[in-house]
Amino acid sequence: MLLIEDLQVELAGKQLLKHIDLEIKPGETHILFGPNGSGKTSLLMTLMGMPGYKVTAGKIVFKGQDITHMPIHERAQLGLAMAFQRPPTINGLKTRQMVSICGGHRELDIEDMARQVNFDAFLDRDVNAGLSGGEIKRSELLQLMAQDADLMLFDEPESGVDLENMHLVGETIAHLLQKDSEVIYGNGKRSIAERRRGRVKMGLIITHTGYILDYLEADAGHVLFKGVLSCASNPREILRCIGQNGYEECVACMMPKGPHPLEHSL
Amino acid sequence: MPEQSQLKEKAQAARDKAAAIGADLDLGQYAHSAPPHQLMAETELCALPEDEQRSLLMAGVDVTGKDRGGTFIMKDSSTVHCSTKQEGIEVLPIKQALEHHPWVRDYYWKLAQVDADKYTAAAELDLHDGYVIRALPGSKTVYPIQACLYMDQDNIQQNVHNIIIAEEGSELHIISGCATSPHLQKGLHVGISEFFVKKNAKLSFTMIHNWSEGVSVRPRSVTQVEEGGLFLSNYVCMKPVNSLQMYPTCHLVGPNAVGRFYSILVGDPKSDIDMGGRVILNHPGCRAEVVSRAITNGGKIMARGHLVGNAPGIKAHLECRGLILHGGAMLAVPQLDGFVDGVEMSHEAAVGKIAQEEINYLMARGLDEDQATATIVRGFLSVDIPGLPAQLQAEIDKAVNATDAEGL
Repeated sequence: MLLIEDLQVELAGKQLLKHIDLEIKPGETHILFGPNGSGKTSLLMTLMGMPGYKVTAGKIVFKGQDITHMPIHERAQLGLAMAFQRPPTINGLKTRQMVSICGGHRELDIEDMARQVNFDAFLDRDVNAGLSGGEIKRSELLQLMAQDADLMLFDEPESGVDLENMHLVGETIAHLLQKDSEVIYGNGKRSIAERRRGRVKMGLIITHTGYILDYLEADAGHVLFKGVLSCASNPREILRCIGQNGYEECVACMMPKGPHPLEHSL
Repeated sequence: MPEQSQLKEKAQAARDKAAAIGADLDLGQYAHSAPPHQLMAETELCALPEDEQRSLLMAGVDVTGKDRGGTFIMKDSSTVHCSTKQEGIEVLPIKQALEHHPWVRDYYWKLAQVDADKYTAAAELDLHDGYVIRALPGSKTVYPIQACLYMDQDNIQQNVHNIIIAEEGSELHIISGCATSPHLQKGLHVGISEFFVKKNAKLSFTMIHNWSEGVSVRPRSVTQVEEGGLFLSNYVCMKPVNSLQMYPTCHLVGPNAVGRFYSILVGDPKSDIDMGGRVILNHPGCRAEVVSRAITNGGKIMARGHLVGNAPGIKAHLECRGLILHGGAMLAVPQLDGFVDGVEMSHEAAVGKIAQEEINYLMARGLDEDQATATIVRGFLSVDIPGLPAQLQAEIDKAVNATDAEGL
């Protein structure tokens, strides 16, 4: 479980995030909306522990441990992973080696994993060297597959992805977050509660377009506006509201932060 | 033998001549002879003390001769082993070759200048030994030939002269490991190498050198590549060295000849490395590349490169990239000289540090900061060398990976 309490974050002396509260339970995937510059990436970077994002108040608890000031690699080892939007190129390090690093001590069939995201032709390339936007997304997904983390953060996984690959990216994310059974089985024989009990993976996805919602059923949506996390509601409704009224209207009109959305449906 | 006495005369005149670049070493401080070593059979090589075998193996020399087409080993001033397993490949100690094979004189001091400096002069006035390796026309090495110049006697000045000939249409791959015994405190290695790559021949020469803190090194090498030929020279030096200065030159003397130099260097705190690569492109269609990757860990590294375009339609690129990790100095001096219309030459030089963003990225994948740094350093030093047999690329990768990158 991830629990964020009254989190306040500064970058280079400027306050980016104000009094953020968020809870993601095992098996849940949450969607993060918000205009450019609202602090969405900063929230993910802060969760991952990237230097420069200074927590001035509040705390982050993951799997029962206070990770607010934990180094990046310890968070990763604890089961936190992130698909970056603009990862750096690492010259001389092959993607194959990188995937192996992500797997830690586990034995992986790297070729097979790469084929699943149509990336096997890139394994012997330097990490992110000369990749297109869509290729970077697949590279990041491959690394996340190898990491097998419990909480996965996705920074705009749809941006720069063409329609054909969107399908692959969407289904891969759904699979990583154990949400694919709904796509495959529909709302068939097992009850919703039964399926939920089997799921443990958690996700937090930044999206502008909402395309990802075509591939997985998210449990909650949030709008981050000017550093404030403004509402928690059904992600499709939020998307519709933003589309019709814009972010500012949406934040103003949505209900104040109510009880956890899952509690309504259960 | 007027020619031979002329060489001696010229060498005499240059015996105190300082080199154009690099620290001027006082040759009086070294011992000029060492007790002779016996010639050894392969079985005896395999019985060498384990630490010596390990030093050799680190330099890519396997005493068992496994996956090698031939072996030459010189210890101090004596040749201790010389053998070939492959038809069409000759391996000879140079002193013996000069005495018994008059054709060797057609190559001896034909590219390198005997009076270039005190080091070339010393190699003529007091030649210890060296090798002649020749691939006969059309022959191809399946396995590389390994050559090792080993320094065992403390304070020795080792004078070596090598001649390497790839005859027309042949393909020759050599791995040359230089190493010093673990107990050697001080020494000087002087090595003259003359490479002849004939029409449509291919020659790769991979040097993995493991010197030690007190050892200075003055290689002097010159290459000539004829029409359609390819010369590929790789130099890897990851271990401490006292003073290393070399500026190998490659003359492309026929159309479509290719010369490429790659160097991978680590400068430890007491090391002073001055490493260059020069290619002179004289005919249309010639190609050249000079690439260096250097890391200083407190030492001083000068990376030089020089391309000379004398014919239209040539293409050449120079790339020096350096990282300063823990103090020290990293200098890059790339030079391009174009003398006619229609040359295409470029250079790229960068001196910098490891990007924090890359470290963070790797840490987000579970590596701690030291592991992340070491991974980036290894990546920086790993260079893909087109045209190099996989086995030799693997030797280079092994040398790079064996460095204690986390200790850098």
